[in-house]
Amino acid sequence: MDRPSGTYNVSYEQDMAIVRTRTQWVLSILGLVLLFCLPLFLGRQWLVMVNVAGISLVSVLGLGILTGYCGQISVGQAAFMGVGGYISAFLTAHLGLPFLVALPCAALGAGLVGILFGLPSLRIKGFYLAMSTLAAQFILLWCFGHIRPDILGGLDGIVVPRADLGGIALKTEQSQFYLIMTIAVLMTFLAKNLVRTRTGRAFIAIRDNDVAAELMGVNLFYYKLLASFICSIYAGVAGSLWVQYIRHVDPSHFTLLESIWYLATLIVGGMGSITGALFGTAFMRALNEAIAYFSPTLGAVFPNVAISVFASLSMIFFGLVIVLFLIFEPRGLAHRWEMFKSSYRLWPYPY
Amino acid sequence: MTDFLQLIVSGLLAGGIYALIALGVVFIYKSTQIFNFAQGDFVMIGAFLVWGLLVQLELPFWLSMVLGIVLIAVIGLLVERLLLRPLIGQPILSAIMMTLGLAFILKGIVALIWGNVYLAYPKIFPGETLHIWGVALSSQALWGFLIAMVSFGALVFLFQRTRIGLLMRATAEDHQLAQSTGIRVRRMFGITWAIAAVVGLMGGVLMGSIVAVSPILADMGLVAAFPAVLLGGLESIPGAVVGGLLIGIFQSLAAGYVDPLVGGGIKEVAPFVIMLLILIFKPHGIFGLERIERV
Repeated sequence: MDRPSGTYNVSYEQDMAIVRTRTQWVLSILGLVLLFCLPLFLGRQWLVMVNVAGISLVSVLGLGILTGYCGQISVGQAAFMGVGGYISAFLTAHLGLPFLVALPCAALGAGLVGILFGLPSLRIKGFYLAMSTLAAQFILLWCFGHIRPDILGGLDGIVVPRADLGGIALKTEQSQFYLIMTIAVLMTFLAKNLVRTRTGRAFIAIRDNDVAAELMGVNLFYYKLLASFICSIYAGVAGSLWVQYIRHVDPSHFTLLESIWYLATLIVGGMGSITGALFGTAFMRALNEAIAYFSPTLGAVFPNVAISVFASLSMIFFGLVIVLFLIFEPRGLAHRWEMFKSSYRLWPYPY
Repeated sequence: MTDFLQLIVSGLLAGGIYALIALGVVFIYKSTQIFNFAQGDFVMIGAFLVWGLLVQLELPFWLSMVLGIVLIAVIGLLVERLLLRPLIGQPILSAIMMTLGLAFILKGIVALIWGNVYLAYPKIFPGETLHIWGVALSSQALWGFLIAMVSFGALVFLFQRTRIGLLMRATAEDHQLAQSTGIRVRRMFGITWAIAAVVGLMGGVLMGSIVAVSPILADMGLVAAFPAVLLGGLESIPGAVVGGLLIGIFQSLAAGYVDPLVGGGIKEVAPFVIMLLILIFKPHGIFGLERIERV
């Protein structure tokens, strides 16, 4: 592997370790400490951005496992987030259960729905699965808006209380930051860990060639469903965090655009890489903020559509980002990062 | 009984247009093996282009149609040249994402130029609503169905009976083989995209004249075309027409009988329920090819 010169693995454990060298240990602990100190320096506006990015990250990680590692395309991630969000909202708002009970229920519920829509993957592959998740996206979104409007609130949605831990309501942006970041960091490590297990290797085998994987004894159906399940669990956790964060849930949060946003984030970051999910989320959120920042200026240029200029520009930029990355850097930002790291190690020599 | 007949007939008439939109998807898939998620957006932008020429520039109908077709064919060619050609040899997800990215660019352009509007075409086709055995036939829908079927026939003729169609079929059969016999495969891809875009425009104008010209057309085209394509079989031209008509009828029946029970909106979902069932039980559709894979 691309390790600095002189660093060798001398045992199997070392080869498999997530954190390999002492420098990495120091850097990751420092990074975590710095991350959890962020609310001390950042203003409220920045914290909102970081919180939203943290929630998206959880969802992108799940999609990264299903699409990036297992090779199954899903264009319904937002709908599965919605399932988690609605379950969590129902449990906390209507039944008054604490958030820490609602969160696993939401994850499990979303996971089961994910399995349901993953069922066709037994017989189909490639973009056929994209069609199945596209159907999931439309069907689930319709269900949110039309099934039992007395409970789920129809198109208006329902108001959700913010999470509370042991009776302390997490009302401030800082406390939300700690909740979201703890879960996001935990989920990142879980994902990072998953891909080096037997399950993770089975996923990669299926992605690279499913027929060959089956011949080697990988149970395709089981692992494909497992990948859908894990992906939807991540979506459920993200959805549950999202609804309590914005204190409201309605179908407009979980549209096809959102689903494709997650896929695009994955492409930008780099498929099949947990670091890629981090980079992609950061890049796409920053892009969103930049468009929101500049659109009033551009609204003056196109006065007849000034109201929708943000929506239309974000769609155009969003499409352009997908297109440009696919053409010029299909391996995503994670690949750039690896290149940067190796050239940094060799500096000042060219190779 | 009259209600039932009415629903069947209006579903059939809408299904004709769906078949035309589905044909665009089938055309591209057959020759380039790419599933075009942006076909619904070709429908939308086609409807807006012709509307802009017809109403905003006040051109006569035939001229705006001709100009619209030329414009959208150029768009189709450009899309192939700029977006899809760099992806030859890349994994399937890249192609899917590319068409999704294209879909958002087209949506954004329409939103930037026209905004989120709901516009009506001037009455394009002559005639009043007909009544046969108590079944009302809107002349717009009837003309739409006829034109859709005629365009469908013309495209099938182009594909099966002309020289360019022969070249396209050879390309669809095997890219390498076609290239080695001297067919310019990439040019065929370009022509295919242009034709699919023109088909989308036709569908857009017909749907726009019946429903309205609005960004919603993109979703409507998608809702109509994808289940139709999968039901009929991805690589089958007769499948597109059968799938389109069946989906149209099913959608209309679902809207007529199920909507009152669940409170609306079933029209957008019913085709996807069908699609999910097809994917589980007969993933290659009615006329589709089942590919056997070897390692």
